[in-house]
Formats: sequence, structure tokens, C-alpha cells
Amino acid sequence: MIQTRGERTFTVFSAVVMFLLTVFAFLPFLLIVIASFTDETTLIRNGYSFFPEHTSLEAYRYIKSSAYIFIRAYGVSFLVTILGTAIGLLITSMLAYPMSRSDFKYHNVLAFVVFFTMLFSGGIVPSYIMWTQYFHIKNTMWALILPNLLANGFNVLLVRNYFKNNVPLEIIEAAQIDGASELRTFFRIMLPLSMPVMATVGMFMGLAYWNDWINALYFVSKPQLYGIQNLLMQLMSNIQFLNSGQAGNVLGAESVSLPSTAVRMAMAVLGIVPVLFVLPFMQKYLTRGVIIGAVKG
Amino acid sequence: MIAKPKSKPLKKTLPLLILAGPGLLYFLINSYFPMFGVFIAFKDVNYAKGIFGSDWIGFKNFTFLFQTSDAWIMTRNTLLYNLAFIALGTIVSILIAILMSELLNKLYSKLFMTGLILPNLISMVVLSLLVFAFLNADSGFVNHSILRPLGIPEINWYSEAKYWPYLLVLIQIWKTAGYGSIIYFASIAGIDKSIYESAKIDGAGKLKQIRMITLPLLKPTIIVLVLMSMGRIFNSDFGLFYQVPMNSGALYSTTQTIDTYVYRALMQLNDIGMSAAAGLYQSLVGFALVLTVNAIVKKVNPENALF
Repeated sequence: MIQTRGERTFTVFSAVVMFLLTVFAFLPFLLIVIASFTDETTLIRNGYSFFPEHTSLEAYRYIKSSAYIFIRAYGVSFLVTILGTAIGLLITSMLAYPMSRSDFKYHNVLAFVVFFTMLFSGGIVPSYIMWTQYFHIKNTMWALILPNLLANGFNVLLVRNYFKNNVPLEIIEAAQIDGASELRTFFRIMLPLSMPVMATVGMFMGLAYWNDWINALYFVSKPQLYGIQNLLMQLMSNIQFLNSGQAGNVLGAESVSLPSTAVRMAMAVLGIVPVLFVLPFMQKYLTRGVIIGAVKG
Repeated sequence: MIAKPKSKPLKKTLPLLILAGPGLLYFLINSYFPMFGVFIAFKDVNYAKGIFGSDWIGFKNFTFLFQTSDAWIMTRNTLLYNLAFIALGTIVSILIAILMSELLNKLYSKLFMTGLILPNLISMVVLSLLVFAFLNADSGFVNHSILRPLGIPEINWYSEAKYWPYLLVLIQIWKTAGYGSIIYFASIAGIDKSIYESAKIDGAGKLKQIRMITLPLLKPTIIVLVLMSMGRIFNSDFGLFYQVPMNSGALYSTTQTIDTYVYRALMQLNDIGMSAAAGLYQSLVGFALVLTVNAIVKKVNPENALF
């Protein structure tokens, strides 16, 4: 395509502005990565800086020295993410499948039952009372998996739309004439043909679980059940707690000094690292996922 | 002969109902049971008597709630923040999408896109740490490396409520604009290139093309997305308003939203009645808003109505 001079100027202008915006989006991350490698006294004296006077690996050494706390938190986060995403994806797609079958008598009833949950909710208070008073999930692993997240109406409708628009009913009918049961049709035909949407929704769910800290805020007070986000939150927001004697229980009685600013930054970096691995896949599926999601329910 | 037509549909529907079972059960427990719990807002909850045994007190919880200044502050904050987020977020997202679509080099646009969606993928806890690195009074980047060298008096960010409306809007845009631009970017990519070609032949420059072609063709998408976010204007991101300002009491006048109020009333003040009342107020107004917005969308563009 031949570009006129005005157009070329505009393209260059776009590239420059986009570059600046991307740098702007990226700088805060750079600042905390650098802070995590900064010597603590330098941090206190000179503040956070992109060009620290003295660098240090102290923060990461500290994390290594009380590794079990961090490994446990990482373990909790990974376990919750994997379990939650697996169960969530399974029940989401199992529910979405009958909803996508226009030859199924109750498909609209199911769709409405799911859709209505997106319109109206009882609010947090009844949910909180139900989960704590009747299901007793307080301070259990379930508290991190069950409430709010496992499956939500938006995900179900997204998968339903994909099933409906991308897998023709004829394929299903053909399979069933050949003698496949509904279960077999679902697992052997529908799911394999729907990998893009499963990847997209799985990614949404996985990220939501990895980044979740609210469930623990409501339902968990045992530090042993803290995932990486809640451990980070505790280290960050409650310096008084750290200065009190209780800190020893959480951080190991042998911890010589209280976790420094650099340690908190190092932990934030460790919290972001898994997200970075997801990013390339995100990039690949996101556009499609967002567009599918934008199609009405 | 009589049994057959009856058993056949059952044989067809039963396996599908079984597949739907776990998901339905989940929604029943997680979403529908709490809906029946809204009566808690009309009770004087007493755990000793049990939720069902507690005394009915009518609208007293609501009366108390709306007599406090909290009710006004949290309603105002929730609405104004959302309006700012919607207006600025839409503008910035469209801007990014247009600039992005001008980039001819696919590698660059991928790189930029990745960089711009990264902020959307981190947790609020990590985000609040990023903000803390910039704003804390002792060693924050802004005080230490910007204000001090310029000779401007340093600011105690976490105790000055007046700055937070700007800060929270900036933070929210920083976090969400890149992600929000994706759908506009996809819409622009879907526009027929020959329209631009013929505009070019007629002598239209880039800016004119954007004004006369891109924006008008984006209009339906913009309207629908804006209306849809209007339907959620009574909701706020709990993390943004609780975690990022570090739950600082000095900032409540500009950071308290309905969501953070409900949390505080329930978990910190143990005022179940008041928090249930605030929660129901939010749900009901939110529900009414969604219905209104849907009716409007239906008028504007029936294709895009939610239901």
C-alpha cells in the first residue's frame, strides 16, 4: 500500500505514542523489580529509584532463608488455581452444553436460571452468613475455591455461545445416530471441538484464582491457608502486626529481622512471575475471547 | 404404544439434565439461596436466636443507614467514580485502539498490546504495592524523586483525601484501558478497507478518515459498551477502593464506596443489619438500572439488547 506523506507522519506518530503508552504501562513494574534488588539502606535513604546507588540480593536471600513460608503460600495458590480452574471448567462446560442444544426442551429455562444470577444477587451479607453458618467453610481450603468464583454466569454463557455458534447441531445428531450417548458426545466431540473457548475461559478462571485475595479476607484467618496474594497483603498492610510478637508465628520464630521493603517488593515480583507465563497465551486468545464474550447472552 | 412417546423424551432429556446438574446445584447454592437471605436486612440479627429466629424490625436498618452521612458519601462516590471511569476509560481505550490499528508492523502491535494488557492481569494486592512504591510518604518515588528535586513540599498521600479522586481514576485507567481497547481494536479491524481507500481517493487525510469513517462505524459498539457499564454503575471494584488506598480511614470521604462500606460494616463493625441493608440497596438499585439500560439498548439497537 502506498502511503502519502501525511499518512506516513501519522503512522510514525501512532508508533511513538503507542511506545510511550506502553512504557508508561510498564514503568511501575520496572520500579518494583529494581526496588527488590535495591539495598535496604539505599531504599530508606534515597527512596524508590530507577537507578539505585547500591544493589543487593538481600531480599531474595531473605525469602530463601524463610523459604517454607513462601513455598507454602505458593503451594496454596497453585493448588487453589489448578483445582478451582479444573472443577470450574468442568461444571461450566457441562452446564453450557445442554444450554447450547436447541433441541433440548429446557435449554431456555437453564439459560434464564444462569442469566438471572447476573442481574440480581442477595448481596454479600446473606452469602457470608450462608457459607459460614450453614456450610462452615471458614478456615478451610473450600473457602478459597467455592464462593464467588468457581463458575459465574458470564463464563457459562460465553461457553454456551461458542458451543452454539461453532459446533453445528448436525455433527451431534450424526454422532448420536452412530450410537454415541450424550455423555460421549459431550466429552468426545463437543469438548475437543471447543478447545479455543476452553482455553480462554480457563485462562480467565486461572487468573482470577491466582489473583484472588478477597475470599481469604472474608473466610480465612489461618496464615497456613494464605496464598501468595494474602501473604503479600499481610506483609504489606500490617506493619504493626509485623512489629508485634505475633509475626514470629507467621514468619518463623527464627526470623532475625522483619521483612524489609525490598522483601515486600521481591514478593510482589514473585507474585507476578506466573502471570507473565500466561501473557503470551493471553495475547493469542484474548481478542477472540473478548469478542465471543461480547456476543449477547 | 402409550408408554413409548413418554419414555423417549425422558431418555433424551435425562442425560442432559444430569450433565447440567452440578452447575445448576452450584448456582442454586451460591446465587439463589442468598437471594432468599435478603430478609436479613429487615431483621435484628442475633446469632443466639439464629437467623430465622431473630426479631423482625421492619425498615429500621434502612432508616439508620440513610440517617448516617456514610450513605450519602458512598452513593456519591460510587456513582461519580463510575461516571469518570466510563467517560475517560472509553476515550482512552478508543484512542489506543485507533493508534494501534495504524501500526503496520504486526510485531510492534503485538508487543505494545502485550505491554498494555499486563496491568490488567495483576492482582489488586500487587497493584496496591506498585502504588505504594510511588506514593508512600517516606521513600515513595513521587515524593523522593519528583517533588523533592523540584522543591515542592512533599505530600502525605495516604492521609490527604483530596488527591484520591484523581489518583484512583488514573490508576483505574492505567489498569484497564489497554484491555478495554481490545474490543474497539477488533471492531476497527473488521471495517472494510475499501471504504478508507475510496475516502483517500477523495482526498481525505488520516484525521478526516478517523472522524468520518472510524468513529461513526464504532458508534454502535461504543453505545452498547457504555450502556452496559451504566448498568453496573452501582457496583464498584472492592479491591480498588479498599486495597489500593490501604483501607486508610483518613481517606474514607473520597474512597468509600458501597462495596467497601458493606465489607466494613460486616467484618469490622459487626453491624450485620446495616451492611445487609446497604447490600440490598445496592442490589435493588443495580437491578433496576440493568433493566432500564436494557430497555434503552433495545430501543437504540435491538441486536445488542442483553435480553
